[in-house]
Amino acid sequence: MDTAVRSPLAAALAQTKDPVLARRLLDRVKDLAERFIARHGRPAAIMEVCGSHTHALAETGVKDALRGAVRLISGPGCPVCVTDQAEIDAMIALAEGQGRIIATFGDMLRVPGSRGSLMKAKVEKGADVRVVYSPSDAVRIAAEHPDREVIFLGVGFETTIPILAAAVAEAEALGLRNFSLWMSTNLVEPVMRHLLESGEVRIDGFLLPGHVATVIGRQGFLFLAEEYRKPGVIAGFEVNELLSSLYLLLELLLAGRAEVLNNYPSVVREDGNPAARRLMERYFVPVDQPWREMGIIPQSGMDFREAYARFDAKRKFPVRVGKPKPTACRCGEVIRGLIEPDACPLFGRACTPEHAIGPCMVSSEGACAAHYKYLRA
Amino acid sequence: MSSQQVSLEHGEGGELSHKLLREVFVSRFGHAEESKWDAARLAVPEGRIALTTDTFTLQPLFVNGCNIGKLAVAGTVNDLTVSGAVPRYLTAGFVIEEGFPVRDLVTIVDAMAAEAQKSGVRIVAGDTKIVKRGTIGGVIINTAGVGVIPPEFDLHPEAMREGDAVIVSGPIGDHAVAVLAARGELGVMTDLPSDCTSLYPMIRRVRETGAAIRFMRDPTRGGLATALVEIAEDFGAEIEIEQEAVPIRPEVEGVCEILGYDPLYFASEGKAVLIVAEADAPRVLQALRETEEGKEAAVIGRIVGRGEGKVLLKSALGSRRRVLRLQGMQLPRIC
Repeated sequence: MDTAVRSPLAAALAQTKDPVLARRLLDRVKDLAERFIARHGRPAAIMEVCGSHTHALAETGVKDALRGAVRLISGPGCPVCVTDQAEIDAMIALAEGQGRIIATFGDMLRVPGSRGSLMKAKVEKGADVRVVYSPSDAVRIAAEHPDREVIFLGVGFETTIPILAAAVAEAEALGLRNFSLWMSTNLVEPVMRHLLESGEVRIDGFLLPGHVATVIGRQGFLFLAEEYRKPGVIAGFEVNELLSSLYLLLELLLAGRAEVLNNYPSVVREDGNPAARRLMERYFVPVDQPWREMGIIPQSGMDFREAYARFDAKRKFPVRVGKPKPTACRCGEVIRGLIEPDACPLFGRACTPEHAIGPCMVSSEGACAAHYKYLRA
Repeated sequence: MSSQQVSLEHGEGGELSHKLLREVFVSRFGHAEESKWDAARLAVPEGRIALTTDTFTLQPLFVNGCNIGKLAVAGTVNDLTVSGAVPRYLTAGFVIEEGFPVRDLVTIVDAMAAEAQKSGVRIVAGDTKIVKRGTIGGVIINTAGVGVIPPEFDLHPEAMREGDAVIVSGPIGDHAVAVLAARGELGVMTDLPSDCTSLYPMIRRVRETGAAIRFMRDPTRGGLATALVEIAEDFGAEIEIEQEAVPIRPEVEGVCEILGYDPLYFASEGKAVLIVAEADAPRVLQALRETEEGKEAAVIGRIVGRGEGKVLLKSALGSRRRVLRLQGMQLPRIC
């Protein structure tokens, strides 16, 4: 039975991954890349700040095809990877408490803590850890189990924060007292500013996160051009969306124009999604947030407003954990774009997706996992 | 009887057990004669037989296009089929929870009888055990199967060589998506049916062409990626797959993109991977495409060398990456 959808929309979507178009686009990107090299004596350094882009660039073969032509650097865009180790340890300790149901996105499950992981807590200690697709599923679990405390692990960027807020709104409407969120969220703009101001890594331009941009809009990235004179292109996730965005970015770089372009206009609006932002601002406020190996970045995360403290798992269930156990994992340098995954001595030897030492090897959006799966020689 | 529920008494060997066996199983499986003995007594032709067993769990038990009974017959028929055998006899062992509706059991058994008929196999022996409520999710079925390997048609993996074609009989991953949807994990994203079906009628057509088939496997648990990695490692073949040639339905691709899954690891329950001599690939493909189950069959790659067994996936941009076994389980990602 042929169940293919035949519609103009489907045809347009098919264009985004048409292999013939992809090969043509690749040639044109390479031409511009060569011109950049001829002018600057080095390849253009382009950072993607979205874990899904990290994965897509590797999976589609774009990163491999541009080896030597463009330096594609993975930035701090994988939510699991940038979460501070002490936070991870606290979530695992939280899961081990009696009478609790921990609901989480799947890729948190195997993130290694200083001792064990959520998966280990589930299998070895009988912790009730459940993988859900959306925080709303956790609200449903709370409604079904009024005698248990249900805690959702709220990890993610601006794409996720509004759906966390929506879950709180649902719990509020249902009058649930047994639902709470463990907030450990991240905002894109502060960490990009942090990277640019640290000057640790040379970045010529940015491939900007299409999903986050649906919430904050093109306007949310204008600071790059206006304050840092860096160009950026908001990109989708299919092979031709990636290649066309790289093409536009190289054009901007060659023309010396610091502009922010929206190359994902089917999804991203100039002002993003104001309703989603209002929802997240209703429940949460920006707070100083610790990032893995980057320390506390001012106003770089969101946490509960005082009025909604009853949904705040950190207040309901204070957890004390010691200082995280140091490892030789260089995840902190990977997420800042300082090193490529295979520069870490553990990569592919002590640290593999089966036995991950750092979170970058666990999440499908992590630079190490993408490198391991798609780019190893 | 069909308005009742299965109780522990049905497992005690008394009148109730007898009634359950006679009314639900024996009549549908048509093995009245064999049921008089403690074992089915069967004629075995000359030559070699293939023998396999598999235990089936499916949650939920009823999925669009498939139930656990259909799956239990098709799964074992398919293991025999891709091993080069003509499936002949099956056994069926049931572990049933107390309280399980007899009506549902009848639906499951009917599906088994119908599926067996498609391949001309007979279910000749069976067993039931009743266990406490809430322990196994309704029913678990074990099927064992015997098939006969015709000497004139055997598979020859040792003859695998550079240039051999890798063919898949249709789009991959439908079963996995149907199960996810039946679990309510996809909202209203799709109502794609499972591809669960017996491969024997389709493969019989391929065999009739006389084509040199080196090897076959059905990409069930672990998906196409795992099936290919196993073939590559077991027979020291380097397999190169063209990413864009792998048939995947838009629904399956969409689910994978949204949830961060890789369709190469999604189970199919009615597909075969065939390694075929280069010269014979066109007629194998034609024979497959003449069947309903195989009409979307495609050549997806080639054997490109012998030696270290590995699978490479070539992207549209020409880059190659190594395909590995799944690491742990696929987990939905954050955004």
